Amino acid sequence: MVSTILPLKLENVELRRGGRRILGPISLNLSGQGITIIMGPNGSGKTSLLRAMHGLERVRRGKVSWQSDIQTARAQQAFVFQTPIVMRRRVVDCIAYPLLLTGAARSVARKAAVEQAASVGLLDSVDLPAEVLSGGEKQKMALARALIRRPEVLFLDEPCANLDTKSMAEIEAILTAARDAGTRIVMSTHNVGQARRLADDVLFLWDGYLHEQGTKAQFFTATQTAEAKAHINGDLIP
Amino acid sequence: MNDILRGLAEAGQLVVTADADLVEITARSLQVSLGATIIASAIGLPFGAWLAVNRFRMRRTVIALLNALMGLPPVVVGLIVYVLFSRSGPLGVFGLLFTPTVMVIAQVIIITPIIASIAHQAIRELWADYHDLLISLNTTRGQRIKALLWDGRRALLTASLAGFGRAIGEVGAIMIVGGNIDHATRVLTTAIALETGKGDFALALALGFVLIALAIAVNLALHMLTRTEKDSRW
Repeated sequence: MVSTILPLKLENVELRRGGRRILGPISLNLSGQGITIIMGPNGSGKTSLLRAMHGLERVRRGKVSWQSDIQTARAQQAFVFQTPIVMRRRVVDCIAYPLLLTGAARSVARKAAVEQAASVGLLDSVDLPAEVLSGGEKQKMALARALIRRPEVLFLDEPCANLDTKSMAEIEAILTAARDAGTRIVMSTHNVGQARRLADDVLFLWDGYLHEQGTKAQFFTATQTAEAKAHINGDLIP
Repeated sequence: MNDILRGLAEAGQLVVTADADLVEITARSLQVSLGATIIASAIGLPFGAWLAVNRFRMRRTVIALLNALMGLPPVVVGLIVYVLFSRSGPLGVFGLLFTPTVMVIAQVIIITPIIASIAHQAIRELWADYHDLLISLNTTRGQRIKALLWDGRRALLTASLAGFGRAIGEVGAIMIVGGNIDHATRVLTTAIALETGKGDFALALALGFVLIALAIAVNLALHMLTRTEKDSRW
């Protein structure tokens, strides 16, 4: 899949809340293929960076620009939240919803949703109300919903937080499959092991700044900064 | 106590014999109040949702005003509608005064703020849940309101039923604009007021019990139709 909306360019993006700087200024370029992992401690700005890229935050300072116009870019992205947002519908209708928004007929959307549900292992649950799913199943449902429009870029905000290793393995398999199908993935995680497994390249945030970045090999074997080293080693940073 | 028992007995008798007058005024009560509820829901539910998803300068004022309008005195509404629709009033040409139509109009004015306000409360919570997802999916404003109305339909039913409850029990406005004319605009509440005034407490009480039974029946019927409280949370 050749991307029509990348590269994504952030120029001096800064986010403030209540007069306090929570992110940036950050400048970076996102292009190419694969999975970018955003790492960093709590409060370092991982979620804010993802939300700014996706357009969920109003960026008043700096600039976020895609190669394409903003409407095309918005239609070609999806976002998976740390806590899955569950619509009060059946699983199949939750997953089909993004297709309905783009004008697909209900029957067509439902059929696609069932296929998508099958690809994330939720085939047996499609007729249940989404609310009764377990935590891991809800996140898989959210992934299916995010992938059903075949986005060029998929953002995930700690999708495996609070999930056990089995669910985590299942979700990682779905993500790897999506990556291999050409979806550009940007994902934040706390889990260093998960970062090692999935990353093609890494962005390390510290206090709202882009503290270190590089390919997986560069980041994990030739770590530049003391903070990143401590984070990888799991040291308790004062 | 004696009056109440006699009222109950008379209510039973009226219902069992399907008294023609009773059937007529009960049907009219339903027609006016259900009509008003449907129209007020068509206005109030989308308005409540719209108010929940939009941020504009006067939003707080509008919400405060809407909440205040929930307490709109029916008698005053009736009076204003009467003046508007009376022969010499600006809308007098329609000749609607003392018809069921104008009774519906008066009740719509009374219950729309209630329905909109309760809908706004319910939708606001749902919107807090859905906000990021619907923004992320690049929805239009119309699509957001549609999704919120659909997924919040059980809570919105409560809003509509609250409106219906106010309408079916309302007497002040429809007495003024309808005039309680026999075989034309008489409904259960105005009939009760009339019979009480005449001193026929048993009949008044009988009509009262029918009114209460009617309100309960409509609520139950709607809950069954929409299967509220049946499957899990919604």
